[in-house]
Amino acid sequence: MVNEHAVFYSRLLTEFTLTFHIIYATIGVGVPLLIMIAQWIGIQKNDEHYILLARRVARGFVITVAVGVVTGTAIGLQLSLLWPNFMQLAGNVIALPLFMETFAFFFEAIFLGIYLYTWDRFENQKKHFLLLVPVALGASASAVFITIVNAFMNAPQGFELVDGELVNIQPLVAMFNPAMPTKVGHVLVTAYMTSAFILASIAAFRLLKGSNHIYYKKSLYLFMKLGLVFSIATAMLGDFSAKYLVEYQPEKLAAAEWHFKTEKGASLLVFGLRDGEDVKYAIRIPYGLSILAHYNPNAEVTGLDQFPEDEIPPLYIHFLFDLMVSIGFFMVAVSAIYIIGKLRSWRWIHSKWFRWIMVLGGPLAVIAIEAGWWMAEVGRQPWILVNYMKVAEAATSSNHVDLMLLLFCIIYLILGVGSVVVLRRMFKRNPIEREIADRKAEKGGDLS
Amino acid sequence: MSLEILGISVLWLFLFGYVMIGSIDFGAGFFNAYSVITGKRHILTNIIQRYLSPVWEITNVFLVFFFVGIVGFFPKTAFYYGTTLLVPASIALALLAIRGSYYAFESYGSRGHVGYSFMYGASGLLLPASLSVVLTISEGGFIRMHGNNPVLDYQVLFTSPLTWSIVLLAIAAVLYISAVFLTWYANAAGDADATRLLRKYALIWSIPLAITVVGIMVELRKHNEAHYARMVDMWYLFAISALMFIVTVGCIWMKRNYGLALWLLVGQFALAFFGYGISHYPYLLYPHLTIYDSFTNEAMAISLVIAFVLGLLLLVPSLYLVLKLFLFDKDYVRGKGNHHA
Ligand code: HDD
Ligand code: HEM
Ligand code: HEM
Repeated sequence: MVNEHAVFYSRLLTEFTLTFHIIYATIGVGVPLLIMIAQWIGIQKNDEHYILLARRVARGFVITVAVGVVTGTAIGLQLSLLWPNFMQLAGNVIALPLFMETFAFFFEAIFLGIYLYTWDRFENQKKHFLLLVPVALGASASAVFITIVNAFMNAPQGFELVDGELVNIQPLVAMFNPAMPTKVGHVLVTAYMTSAFILASIAAFRLLKGSNHIYYKKSLYLFMKLGLVFSIATAMLGDFSAKYLVEYQPEKLAAAEWHFKTEKGASLLVFGLRDGEDVKYAIRIPYGLSILAHYNPNAEVTGLDQFPEDEIPPLYIHFLFDLMVSIGFFMVAVSAIYIIGKLRSWRWIHSKWFRWIMVLGGPLAVIAIEAGWWMAEVGRQPWILVNYMKVAEAATSSNHVDLMLLLFCIIYLILGVGSVVVLRRMFKRNPIEREIADRKAEKGGDLS
Repeated sequence: MSLEILGISVLWLFLFGYVMIGSIDFGAGFFNAYSVITGKRHILTNIIQRYLSPVWEITNVFLVFFFVGIVGFFPKTAFYYGTTLLVPASIALALLAIRGSYYAFESYGSRGHVGYSFMYGASGLLLPASLSVVLTISEGGFIRMHGNNPVLDYQVLFTSPLTWSIVLLAIAAVLYISAVFLTWYANAAGDADATRLLRKYALIWSIPLAITVVGIMVELRKHNEAHYARMVDMWYLFAISALMFIVTVGCIWMKRNYGLALWLLVGQFALAFFGYGISHYPYLLYPHLTIYDSFTNEAMAISLVIAFVLGLLLLVPSLYLVLKLFLFDKDYVRGKGNHHA
């Protein structure tokens, strides 16, 4: 007995919560590593600017973490509230990484608390720096564990279903499923990449809006460098993710590529408009899809004709996929040009229009994260647990989901607006010039 | 010890942890809002900023640990409680959102926005109320089966005296726990004004606490006789608990041994909490769910236990470090030096 009404609103609420959580979660995973790198450079070079960079970013991080924790707690409970049937099954097989995740949170929360409230409390700066290591480890570990759960939903294994009974359960086999390596890798690197470009875009924005302080130039250069490294890694791991799909979820890839007929030498369609199976205005790269899928221009690629009608995911994921990939390559290009330009002293990379492009980088990366998750999740439809359970069978039977949807929309709106307002105010009130002057007065040091 | 009992004990222990540190947090919010209204804000705000801001995230993880753990060890709870708790749990989440954002937004943002402090304080009372509803529901009689689906009967729930007596107990306990802890903390911080004020709160709130406890026993006897009988069987646990309560109040009355009072407070609630939990055994939800028929498979249970032991090895030293730095460090407690990022 499926309650269609409840299914619909449960979907909507899950989509909202995750779409919102993932912004803060991504920052939560990536930024501690970047703070760590900045502080480390500061200690090594004895350059107060990098230390201040770490300190200021950490201060902003307090706000985003809080929203991440609140929305994460929401989604954690909502999984049981909205998808009780799924969680009952999942609890038996994949509870282990979920449980381990809470320890990762604990670890992160504890050391973050200590780190934030012990600036200048230690004589030896390195001791304070060391407190960051568990923060970054805990944050990345939580991403790893939760992504394992998501990978399991795509490639379930480690149990058998005999007459509706779960038997022969192997928690570790369930964790190390085929989707796990590429998914975990891609999710982690994209979090680092996105965080780097967000911080770079803040620096670029400050440089455009008045401040010409060397602090922002150092910061921009550092984060563009890191962004380049992580965006290249992103593209590589994205390619591996596609190879995984070819092997285990060909219907998702075929839907994302609008690949209708199984054929050899398949070409790759980028963007375009679709009318039934006719695609117009697409950029067509001959043999592209065969190369992407198998490194071989003549290889055969499974098309949607191999799947029953009702198991084909919505075809609009094509646009999401193309958007993500385009942004990926665009950001590799932007950061590469900036770094090369910097090394070669090209003047125009300091021009207004190029800086505006770098400002765009942060929001673009966030859009890519959203597009990627939507592609991956919608591409799994109609399944919640591929080949075992459909979304409609998993949902709650409660009749009040619509009201709760309204409640959470209001909460997310307040949290979203609130976090932006508070962050802006925080840095407006205490611009870098003032903070450097204050520190100078305090220490009598040689800061510029 | 069977795996079932091990599992529920671990979860109950962490829930106890949440109840204690959560209460301190909730109550402090209420006292803070109250002091804003009565124009004494300077007395409490400092203590709240110094002690609560660094640890609210840790407090929250205790809760997350509990609800993730219970679905791990007892997956069937996801079905029964997940389906029925949609509304109360969502309200609790909304209240948690207010608290979380208060700590983050207020520590740098518009410090001292009155409306915000007020909502933060109100959420400190509403949260224990909405969370305690879960305990009420677990006593049975509030969930009907609609075909295969459990449905929460709101009318029965809201008209039951048991519900309201548990809500009142939760609120009184939160305020009492919080006041006793903060009295100790303010005293350790050498803040005489705050100590005086909080001591008064602790004494005041001990009275409704004692009354509501009695009230609950009366209501429970009517509502769930089996549970009541098992509680009576374990009267000695509750008797020691009551004794500890009396000594605590005595210490605070005589303005001495605040540290001892704090430890006795923990002991008092530990005994009561575990006495309640043990007498609830084996039911997770009267009469639908016991810890045995909802338990996960053995392979998962063993791996969860192993993960738990490894996790503790990581956790205990880290928690010790926090306590050392924020709770038992004289300079920090006294507010010497501001080391915030
Ligand atoms: C900054 C964000 C970002 C960028 C630039 C890219 N991706 Fe991505 N991608 C993600 C962010 C992301 C993600 C949000 O992290 C996803 C969603 C679910 C997942 O596992 O990772 C994802 C999923 C995802 C999947 C689906 C995996 C699955 O469903 O199991 C594929 C095939 C790719 N990506 C491939 C690529 C390629 C070839 C890229 C070329 C540059 C690329 N991605 C750039
Ligand atoms: C890592 C752990 C994740 C888990 C366990 C998970 C869980 C789920 C569940 C239970 C559903 C079914 C509900 C539905 O169909 O709407 C779902 C779908 C969905 N999720 Fe995920 N999700 C995860 C990550 C994400 C993230 C980070 C996003 C970010 C945008 C996301 C976006 C979506 C979307 C858009 C759907 C809807 C698909 C559709 O209805 O067509 N998911 N996910
Ligand atoms: C359905 C999927 C998800 C669930 C159930 C979930 C659950 C949670 C919970 C319960 C918290 C709060 C923990 C606390 O109290 O400290 C949280 C925060 C967090 N989540 Fe999620 N999460 C999900 C998806 C994700 C994804 C996909 C990522 C990363 C890619 C992620 C990364 C984080 C991080 C890093 C935090 C810590 C808060 C921060 O630093 O911003 N989560 N999540």
